[in-house]
Amino acid sequence: MASVLVFLDVPALPLPRAARELLTLAGSVGEPVVASARPLETELAEALAAHGARKVYEPAGDLDTVLVAAKAAFLAEAATAEQPAAILLGNSFEDREIAARTGIKLGSGVITDAVAVAPDLAVTKSVLAGSWTSTCRVQAGTPIITVKANSVEPADAVEAGAPARIELPVPEAGPAARVTGRTGKRVSGRPELAEARVIVAGGRGMDGNFGPVEELADLLGGAVGASRAATDAGWIEHSAQVGQTGKTVSPQLYISAGISGAIQQKAGMQTAQVIVAVNKDADAPVFEIADFGVVGDVFSVLPQAAAEIRKRRA
Amino acid sequence: MQEAANRPLNIVVLVKHVPDAQFDRHLTGPGHTLDRSESILSELDEYALEAALQLAEARGGEAAGNRVTALSMGPAAAVNAVKKSLQIGAYSGVHLSDEALAGSDAAGTSLALAAAVRAIADADGPVDLVISGMASTDGETSLVPAQLAERLQLAQVTFASELEVADSADGPLVKARRDGDSFTETVEAPLPALVSVTDQANDPRYPNFKGIMAAKKKTVRVLSLADLGIEAGQVGRDGAWTTVAASAPRPPRSQGTIITDDGSAGVQLVDYLAAQKLI
Repeated sequence: MASVLVFLDVPALPLPRAARELLTLAGSVGEPVVASARPLETELAEALAAHGARKVYEPAGDLDTVLVAAKAAFLAEAATAEQPAAILLGNSFEDREIAARTGIKLGSGVITDAVAVAPDLAVTKSVLAGSWTSTCRVQAGTPIITVKANSVEPADAVEAGAPARIELPVPEAGPAARVTGRTGKRVSGRPELAEARVIVAGGRGMDGNFGPVEELADLLGGAVGASRAATDAGWIEHSAQVGQTGKTVSPQLYISAGISGAIQQKAGMQTAQVIVAVNKDADAPVFEIADFGVVGDVFSVLPQAAAEIRKRRA
Repeated sequence: MQEAANRPLNIVVLVKHVPDAQFDRHLTGPGHTLDRSESILSELDEYALEAALQLAEARGGEAAGNRVTALSMGPAAAVNAVKKSLQIGAYSGVHLSDEALAGSDAAGTSLALAAAVRAIADADGPVDLVISGMASTDGETSLVPAQLAERLQLAQVTFASELEVADSADGPLVKARRDGDSFTETVEAPLPALVSVTDQANDPRYPNFKGIMAAKKKTVRVLSLADLGIEAGQVGRDGAWTTVAASAPRPPRSQGTIITDDGSAGVQLVDYLAAQKLI
């Protein structure tokens, strides 16, 4: 069976769901092999094997001081060594850029925003901000596919031992930007927006108070999102923005609070499996796409829902 | 900052004529390409243009020898994106247009744009910066800037939310801030570099009457594939490395249950989530 090379940027234990999804998807179309952007601890290599990786390519040193260029060069080398049937990556901005540059290095077509990959490598992807679906195919080189989070149900780990490990020299990155400083932001303990299975998002109707949104998100183990109106108003950091100029997300549950659902906002949420909307305006466009809608005040509905969840869990 | 080191910059801004996202958008025809009848200058490219103008103005603008060239690739109507850019303030415009470009994927687009940037450098001198928006609002893949950086072997600074060009002993450096989910980083790169900016980078200016009148006097250079030495088969649908076999509108989400809060909506919401096994 042909191998499928999975690029993992920041592997860590426990293995993130996004990594397990990619390994599961790789296993459904071939034999998973990993290209890790950094050298691995033994436990981590074994965890990758338990999720299907039979071989791991690692760089001999750190790739991290320059942006994407070095990671793309490393992935291209791993692909040249492995000759896989396909290369899978996540769908973050950085993963897509690594895919982009690797594609040029290998002469390979790149497909982003995949939600499914068939055994014959036909790719189903979401386009036009989730309003259309297309089926695409790479017709030059090794298909390079970036896969949206929550597209696959990750398989359980199995007993596997250690994978074969191959160290590759750190490649010459070419001209690249250097990282000169990095500051961690507030650590929320919440999942990343792009990968979250539950998102509670607030908009103009939150009127500067995201407390009820954050409370419900934390109870549901979800991420906090926001409309552009809310981030532009400075109520919450810009990285929370969902929509046309922010992040497109595809969680299992999207709770929209105080968001009217203008077309750019709908764009960010319409691939969610279930949409719940709370808005006091009965004519808000968001109700056209909501599976469950509440016409009401976010400041009474959200806290009541939070209290009810606590009560049922008690 | 030392005046002597303040040499003028030659900046190329990528601008794209895209279907207005305010309207419903459709894929049509055998190539499943986008219906481009209701198109505008991509909103995200206005931030790129503004960033270029600010960097040039910080060094004395056009009078001091800085160049800000708006470059658009696309069918005849895409010249409107270049013209709008000239009205907003770009100093000159280039329209890369050729029927053979229709249906280009990111690989073909980056190939053609790389050749166009080289052509601009041949005509006007070395290009210091290529600036783009963070993504196109039609293709949405974010692939083209990174592929252009790879093809031109430029240092790549993408998703900048703050941007400046500072002078150093070794020449100008582009410095930027990038905001990730869990961290903010500062990065720097020597010129020449490719930069993409987010919608946090600045507040784009609007064309004013003076700008609109001034734009009438500016010329738009038109480049064809022949001008760039590119064969038709390298780009467009024939040269694409990816192909679209089928497309369909996402089945419309049917409206679900809508209730009006009678004082118990929060509880009913939790009932719904429980029934869907979501809590």
